Amino acid sequence: MKLVIGLDGHSSGEKALDFAKIVAAKADSCELIVVYVIEWSPFSFQTAEENAQRHKRREEEIALAMGRVVNPAVASLIEAGLSARGIVRHGDVADTIDKIARDEGATQIVIARSSTGGLTSRLFGSSTANLVMNAHVPVTVVA
Amino acid sequence: MLTIQRFLLSIGTLFVLSGQAVAQEAATLDERVNEIFAASTGWFVNGIFAPIPGTTFPWIVMWLVVGATVFTLYFAFVQFRFFGHAISLVKGDYSDPNDAGEVSHFQALATALSGTVGLGNIAGVAVAVGIGGPGATFWMILAGLLGMASKFTECTLGVKYRNEYPDGSVSGGPMYYISKGFDELGLPGGKILAILFSIFCILGALGGGNMFQANQAHAQISGIVGDYPGWITGVIFAGVVFAVIVGGIKSIANVTEKIVPFMGVLYVGAALIVLIVNYDLIGWAFGQIFAGAFTGLGVAGGFVGALIQGFKRAAFSNEAGVGSAAIAHSAVRTKEPITEGFVSLLEPFIDTVVICTMTALVITISGQLLIDPTTGNYMLNEAGSAIATVGDTSGVALTSAAFGSAISWFPYVLAVAVILFAFSTMISWSYYGLKAWTYLFGEGKTSELVFKVIFCIFIVIGAAASLGPVIDFSDAAIFAMAVVNITALYFLMKVVKKELNSYSTRLKAGEIKKFTH
Repeated sequence: MKLVIGLDGHSSGEKALDFAKIVAAKADSCELIVVYVIEWSPFSFQTAEENAQRHKRREEEIALAMGRVVNPAVASLIEAGLSARGIVRHGDVADTIDKIARDEGATQIVIARSSTGGLTSRLFGSSTANLVMNAHVPVTVVA
Repeated sequence: MLTIQRFLLSIGTLFVLSGQAVAQEAATLDERVNEIFAASTGWFVNGIFAPIPGTTFPWIVMWLVVGATVFTLYFAFVQFRFFGHAISLVKGDYSDPNDAGEVSHFQALATALSGTVGLGNIAGVAVAVGIGGPGATFWMILAGLLGMASKFTECTLGVKYRNEYPDGSVSGGPMYYISKGFDELGLPGGKILAILFSIFCILGALGGGNMFQANQAHAQISGIVGDYPGWITGVIFAGVVFAVIVGGIKSIANVTEKIVPFMGVLYVGAALIVLIVNYDLIGWAFGQIFAGAFTGLGVAGGFVGALIQGFKRAAFSNEAGVGSAAIAHSAVRTKEPITEGFVSLLEPFIDTVVICTMTALVITISGQLLIDPTTGNYMLNEAGSAIATVGDTSGVALTSAAFGSAISWFPYVLAVAVILFAFSTMISWSYYGLKAWTYLFGEGKTSELVFKVIFCIFIVIGAAASLGPVIDFSDAAIFAMAVVNITALYFLMKVVKKELNSYSTRLKAGEIKKFTH
């Protein structure tokens, strides 16, 4: 069994992690993939200076996400005796998690209920809602 | 940070103090700036626009068109053969999802476009049509289509020969491809050409990328709120630009970068509405464009006048062959430099073939250009230098009046658009100029600060000087870049040809695949 766990850097992610641990513990063998997506669009507008700095910023963003969110999560899974690794990507959160799940041949996606509200998510739906609506593999939303 | 704040404060105080000191003699200050400026740049302008002996045709216009034609033929009409592929690249069809987070083709194109789409499309076209008549549009479109090949050549080289630094940031542009490319081919003089290009690029950044923008933004604002001294607009603009490029206040630039594309779409949308409302006149307008292109329809200088104006404005608007876009495009991290060349060839198309043509059609259809009912030719103004217009307008004011005749409130939207376009073009060119500056004087905080302060001072000069000397100097400086750049491109185009052949073979063989997203 292969589980993709989507984290958003908030405390709600912990719940998703805990749930995944419970599911994984029940299976004979289970690989856990911790995913953190940095919201990014190839169709945004940037200044020339930002473009010139972009590669550097991207490396910094990935390092930061790995260090703060993904690595601690992977470490806690490994500590619990599970097989786990982490991935950090840029892109649309829902699309990217779904794509990773498909590419990895995951059995299901575990994700926390979106912790942020606000007008944007009311208008366009939260990343979690979008993932539930469009994912190609089963999704478990942890409340 | 504290020293920067202190510096900002002292500069601000300086502006205010000098502003108060000359407030009483504001008008004379504008005049004096104008006089000194015209006198000190005249020789440069005259050299660049010298006519080919025995004709009235400026050699520089011929230079650009010949260059664009050579590249079009040398690359066997690459701008048409790879047009569809360029659109696929921008859509991200060929982008590796693992590279997400890097500068995308779309972003590089949008950044380069925000530097070129601006006053050239609004004011420049009005100048061309006002002097050369609707026929100038035909030559403008032709120059735009040919210019796509120049842009393709320079942007491919821009990515291929850029500098990548250990910290991951990049610097690229003609100065880098000229010096590195010439070295690679064992050609002499690369370094000298690169230095020459950098000098002209700095002048171009201060001219077309700065003073012309400030000047026309002031013309637009004073057209609405009434006449007032130009240096006031200049100081305000300089303050905001200073805050962005020196103070690092990214939020202003970010907001502008988001509003500018929206304004672009709004502008094209408004032009389309004017055209749809007057759909019965579109056929007539195209008739005027074609007839005017070959006969001149009575404009000053006849059909040659139309041709010179069309070619000149197209080059000024889309900057193909100038080398500026190569600086903007070089930030893309792609394994295939040529893909950036394909993407960049869309720029002259969007800028000139689409947007400039829209402006020209709206001006022609609006009836702002006066026609002699007996001959069907255009009437000239009193000086005989341009076509007589309703209310004797020219430049931005002519475009504004043309839109206003169909949509009464549009001049207000246009005023906002002009100010924003002027601002975003200034930000883009401050970067191009800075890259040339650091190429000459080395990268470093102090060196960069010196250029940025000079850049801001020129905004004030540009807003205070009158249009004539500013537009002449702006054109001359930008075209001087093209003299060096196109010379270098002739030597380096075989490098691009090799890349093109290799890429198109692999594309045909199916080795270059689309990614599923």
